[in-house]
Amino acid sequence: MENSKTMDKQAILEELKKVLAPYTADKAALSAINEQTDLIKDLKINSANIIDIIIDAETKYDIEIDVDSAEKMSSVGSCVGVIMEKMYQK
Amino acid sequence: MSRRVVITGLGVVAPNGTGIPDFLQAIQNGDSGIRYNPQYEEFNFHCQVSGVPAFEWDHLKNYVSEVTFHGLKGEGIGYAIKAALDAWKDAGNILDAENDTLWDTGCVFGNSVSDTGVIKTIIARVDAKEAKKLGSRVIEQVMNSGPTAYISGRLGLGNKVITNSAACATGSQAVLMGYEYIKYGVAKRMLVGSTEHVDPYIFGAFDSMRVLSRKFNDTPEQASRPMSATAGGFVPGSGAGALVLEDLDFALARGASIYAEILGGANNSGGQRNGGSMTAPNNEGVVRCLQEAITNSKVQPAEIDLISGHLTATIADKMEIRNWIAALGNNGTKFPLTNSLKSMIGHCLSAAGSIECVAVALQLFHQFVHPNINLEDPNPEIVEMIGADALPTTCLKKKINIVAKANFGFGDINTCLIFSKFEDNGKFENNG
Repeated sequence: MENSKTMDKQAILEELKKVLAPYTADKAALSAINEQTDLIKDLKINSANIIDIIIDAETKYDIEIDVDSAEKMSSVGSCVGVIMEKMYQK
Repeated sequence: MSRRVVITGLGVVAPNGTGIPDFLQAIQNGDSGIRYNPQYEEFNFHCQVSGVPAFEWDHLKNYVSEVTFHGLKGEGIGYAIKAALDAWKDAGNILDAENDTLWDTGCVFGNSVSDTGVIKTIIARVDAKEAKKLGSRVIEQVMNSGPTAYISGRLGLGNKVITNSAACATGSQAVLMGYEYIKYGVAKRMLVGSTEHVDPYIFGAFDSMRVLSRKFNDTPEQASRPMSATAGGFVPGSGAGALVLEDLDFALARGASIYAEILGGANNSGGQRNGGSMTAPNNEGVVRCLQEAITNSKVQPAEIDLISGHLTATIADKMEIRNWIAALGNNGTKFPLTNSLKSMIGHCLSAAGSIECVAVALQLFHQFVHPNINLEDPNPEIVEMIGADALPTTCLKKKINIVAKANFGFGDINTCLIFSKFEDNGKFENNG
């Protein structure tokens, strides 16, 4: 992975696809995600799995996502936003 | 109207065969599934052999969704899913992820402990102060109802969904419970069975009790020796067995083929009194259980062609035979043929009863009696009681109509089931 400080939104979104992949059966919807894509409504991800996605993202980006930030992560855009925020805080 | 309950589907994950065709061939051949277990040696167990199914974990991708498969670690749950869904398909059903809830169909699936491998993961994480890294998928695999939850969710089962646990009597108790729900009109169809994952923690504790085989570590296939003079403890086994039970009319209406019929059964406890304890049965309780099962099934003791015993290869074997004699009112002449599947697969604890019930259904359907292996030196006290002719050491192709199957578990729990050949069925005529 490239230096986290220089990763742009698009790069994070592409990386996020890999994080989301094990949790959605809808591969077509996954490949077409954009910032508005809702994890539960559009990708049909089980709400219990959101926490697994957050844990996987923490490992992948070597960040810590606090509970308040985690609660914001319902769409692809908000996930990317939180991940970028935490990466720049490092 | 008195309902009849029939077996229409079978699934098995056993140390000597995964899937019904392999298992059928193995029990006809007398193939042992017992192997040297290097981990047990590493852990300094007295017993260094065990029966572990040849189970390809990735094969589960054919049974559950990719999302479910990701994060699935519990081995006992994996065995249960395969056995149960194989039984479901064997009964002529399809694996449909989109079907509506099946309100007439339930599930009783048992286990003795939830997966210790997953429990270990939790303990390690929590002790390392990393509880928040555990994620959402571990609870469903350490709750005792994990196997039933995965099975019933996959199939959309909407009747009673119950996880039972009665130590080594678990499997046959699950079958009896499913039978009763259909018999009493609560359900039309029940997917029943049990699972056990052979892990070092549970069997380490058994090893400490000095109840495991230890004198045949160099010859693993000879290690499980029920009723033999050299029986010296049981061999750890693992796997899962599953049966689809149906109301006969329901089964006939959908054109199902039928393996065998369950005529009745009984489940009791000796109360840990009069010689009974946590680990030993009250013999009066055992005899009552066997007699109740026979009475409930409306068969005569003399009609029983085969006893599928609990018979683990401990000193309890001869007590068990004595109890069968008492229950049948048999004086030792013309004692029913008696076999122990454990001679081939070891003792699968909770899964023992269900795997043995699968073997009973196969013996009735294909009309054979599987051999007792490692019985070249039958215990003279047992031979004196029932005669060596009752203990087949080769596969017998013969007509059998009624089979009695029993299991006994810690906590002084007894279960007995009476199975019958299903006579008026094309499947039997064609394939018997």
